[in-house]
Amino acid sequence: MLFKIEKRPEASQLMVYATPIFALILTILTGSFLFHFLGVDPVEGLRNFFVKPIDNTYGATELFVKATPLILCAIGLSVGFRANVWNIGAEGQLTMGAIVGGGVFVYFHDVDSVFLLPIMIVMGAIGGALWAAIPAFLKTRFNANEILTSLMLVYVALLVLSLLVHGSWRDPDGFNFPESRIFSESATMPILIEGTRLHFGTILALLAVLGTWIMLSKTLIGFQIKVIGAAPKAGGYAGFSQKKIVWFSLLFGGAMAGIAGLSEVAGPVGQLLPSISPGYGFTAIIVAFLGRLHPVGIIFAGLLMALTYLGGETAQINLGLPVAVTGVFQGMVLFFLLACDVLVNFRIRFTLFGKAVS
Amino acid sequence: MSDTGSSTSAQQPRLELKGITKSYPGVLANDHIDLKILPGEIHALLGENGAGKSTLVKIIYGALKADSGTISWNGERIDISNPHAARKLGIGMIFQHFSLFEAMTVAENIALSMPGRQNMAKLSKRIVEISENYGLPLQPDRQVHTLSVGEKQRIEIVRCLLQSPKLLIMDEPTSVLTPQEAEKMFLTLRRLSEEGVSILYISHKLDEIKALCHKATIMRAGKYISECDPTIETAKSLAEMMIGTDLRAPKHNDTGERGSVRLKVHNLSLDSNDQFGVDLNLINFEVRSGEILGIAGVAGNGQVELLEVLSGEALSKKPEEILFENKPIGNLGPSLRRKQGIAFVPEDRLGHGSVPEMSLVDNAFLSAYDQKQLINNGFIDRKKTKQFAKEIVENFDVRTAGVSHAANSLSGGNLQKFIVGREMLQDPQLIIIAHPTWGVDAGAAAAIHQAIIDLAAKGAAILVVSQDLDELFAISNRMAVIAEGRLSVGRNVQELSIEEIGLLMGGTTGSASQKEFESVV
Repeated sequence: MLFKIEKRPEASQLMVYATPIFALILTILTGSFLFHFLGVDPVEGLRNFFVKPIDNTYGATELFVKATPLILCAIGLSVGFRANVWNIGAEGQLTMGAIVGGGVFVYFHDVDSVFLLPIMIVMGAIGGALWAAIPAFLKTRFNANEILTSLMLVYVALLVLSLLVHGSWRDPDGFNFPESRIFSESATMPILIEGTRLHFGTILALLAVLGTWIMLSKTLIGFQIKVIGAAPKAGGYAGFSQKKIVWFSLLFGGAMAGIAGLSEVAGPVGQLLPSISPGYGFTAIIVAFLGRLHPVGIIFAGLLMALTYLGGETAQINLGLPVAVTGVFQGMVLFFLLACDVLVNFRIRFTLFGKAVS
Repeated sequence: MSDTGSSTSAQQPRLELKGITKSYPGVLANDHIDLKILPGEIHALLGENGAGKSTLVKIIYGALKADSGTISWNGERIDISNPHAARKLGIGMIFQHFSLFEAMTVAENIALSMPGRQNMAKLSKRIVEISENYGLPLQPDRQVHTLSVGEKQRIEIVRCLLQSPKLLIMDEPTSVLTPQEAEKMFLTLRRLSEEGVSILYISHKLDEIKALCHKATIMRAGKYISECDPTIETAKSLAEMMIGTDLRAPKHNDTGERGSVRLKVHNLSLDSNDQFGVDLNLINFEVRSGEILGIAGVAGNGQVELLEVLSGEALSKKPEEILFENKPIGNLGPSLRRKQGIAFVPEDRLGHGSVPEMSLVDNAFLSAYDQKQLINNGFIDRKKTKQFAKEIVENFDVRTAGVSHAANSLSGGNLQKFIVGREMLQDPQLIIIAHPTWGVDAGAAAAIHQAIIDLAAKGAAILVVSQDLDELFAISNRMAVIAEGRLSVGRNVQELSIEEIGLLMGGTTGSASQKEFESVV
């Protein structure tokens, strides 16, 4: 008995949706072994990781709090990924969005206006977009690889943030701690459910998903993005500009990440700190692929990845596991997803001595 | 083994296939195929695209495994498990789709298919020897990705000849050669045949098969149809056996009347971006309303560059070098040129003329959204686009399970009909078509030719760039030849012979290359 992998005549739509589930199942299986070897009962481990964090209202809202920046970053990245623009610097664009948007409050902290927060959101988007404009310029002008440039700019952005909160933006009443003033109420995302941290940023994330979905499926620019990604020569033949798409997708991705950063500092974090994100911008890459670069898929994937953050914390508290377990789970999901994706274009057939078993 | 044409039946066949069957998901590509090739025989394998010829030869070459059936080599039953085993037996194969590593040089690619380690300097010398001997010029140290389709095929041919095969399988080898080059290759093949090498020769070109082959096996839709002697059949009877219906030549009502000049190219020169590309050198021609101008030439002589600068994917140095209805357009991109009423059918159907994994609806939208007004208030009008896709499918007889299927699920011929239809239904004033029927079956080719002629009759100006001379002679009013980036003066087809065109294709406009040509002859 042998098995052979053969190409499908057409990509399987069923598998496009089934492989994320396969990946999840394989992650859970492998995770069970992992828990076993860490000396934890697998059932108990999985329960702490996947169920316990969200078995109450507060936990459920926390899931959305964590998913918000993931979904915002991932939706922005997904547009670029569809156009073969590999922006992996969402973390830096998120940070720059938080700096530029949060900077508005730092300079206008005594202003009490309903316009303050909207201006901060817009400036957050602009900050992220400007940061992403650097790789866009380098790619279109010098053909520099955006994977490298966008990634390296992450560390620059983190250092800029660190410089500011250690320096000129430090809270004058903050006992020299490296942090900005705590954002005033008019500079903070409104809370949606009293007693939780669920905030207006989640609504922004859902609006971004809806808007992106409409853009990709119903507009010319969305069509251009898909064509340039799938067949660049056909795009050139149709008269679509590759440079324009590089610019658009990087600016769009940067703006979304910038809004994510602003909604973190004007939301759960509440001020500018040297570290404002546990790697949301990087995890968003997994979210985008796990969600099949599809807006609706990205919501579900964002929630699942948010759960790994919560699960990692719960496992740390209840079972004494290291926090790295979060990263391990996130990595396994992406690993198994990429492996299972072979099934989209190929199928496995079992054969008996060269003759097909029908 | 001197008289190979009428070998006696007692002779031991070099290769014999019995009941070869192979199925792909959803398709029976080979249904109990029998085939017998004698030593020194040139055996034609004839069939439309999708008839299962490529599958059959891949089985012979060990690249695929048959589901059932037997293969005998010199009377001995064997199992060809992989191409390496096939080469060891002495089977050489020239594939229709090249299996070359784009990032490596010609010599490296050839070395990869040879057993053991190679001395690259010696190998390069042998490559040059063989390629000159057979009139297939090749530079061993050039990178494959910089070569044209025609040049890539030369690598495949030389690669096989280097290994002195006993059975040579050739899948449409002459499609990229000039008639003289093809004729020279036939001499080579006949010589090989006299030396006892068997040749399995796959071609659409019926005249070629008649002139060259001793036997022909005809396949249709995966089934064995018959074996015949092509020298006593006519091209028409062969074609009818192949496609199973009566063949119609395109109807051509050439009144000789021409309208105004639609496209005028004046002293167009352009340096290629690619270091191994061909620079365009002072190209001049014009196409009038109602006229079909054919541009012939061997691949890699500037066709790619010319088509790019005409479509707007590359811009000319001066806008006035390309005039459309007396307006300079050389500085406009593809979309703006389309707006003026110019349509294009590029050479590569998959990935250039269409997006392979997108549906026919999306592919209909690709180039027609502006002319057909498929965008409504900033949103794509799905209903109208679908309607347009259906209109293409119906008017151009595109065989597909539905317009929501991906472009790459269609056969080559049907996709080509779809792309031609998409461009023609935009009512172009000028249409530029590259290789309209490359790798397309006879039925689809006839339909495309008729559509081109009908469009010209309605007053459109048409420019066809092709390597297929029969095609150009059948449909063009005037013809010019591109060689080494220069274009010959366009002449009426009635005044031209295949031989003249062939000489022009050899580059006789430049005196140096003419000498070279004559010295080789």
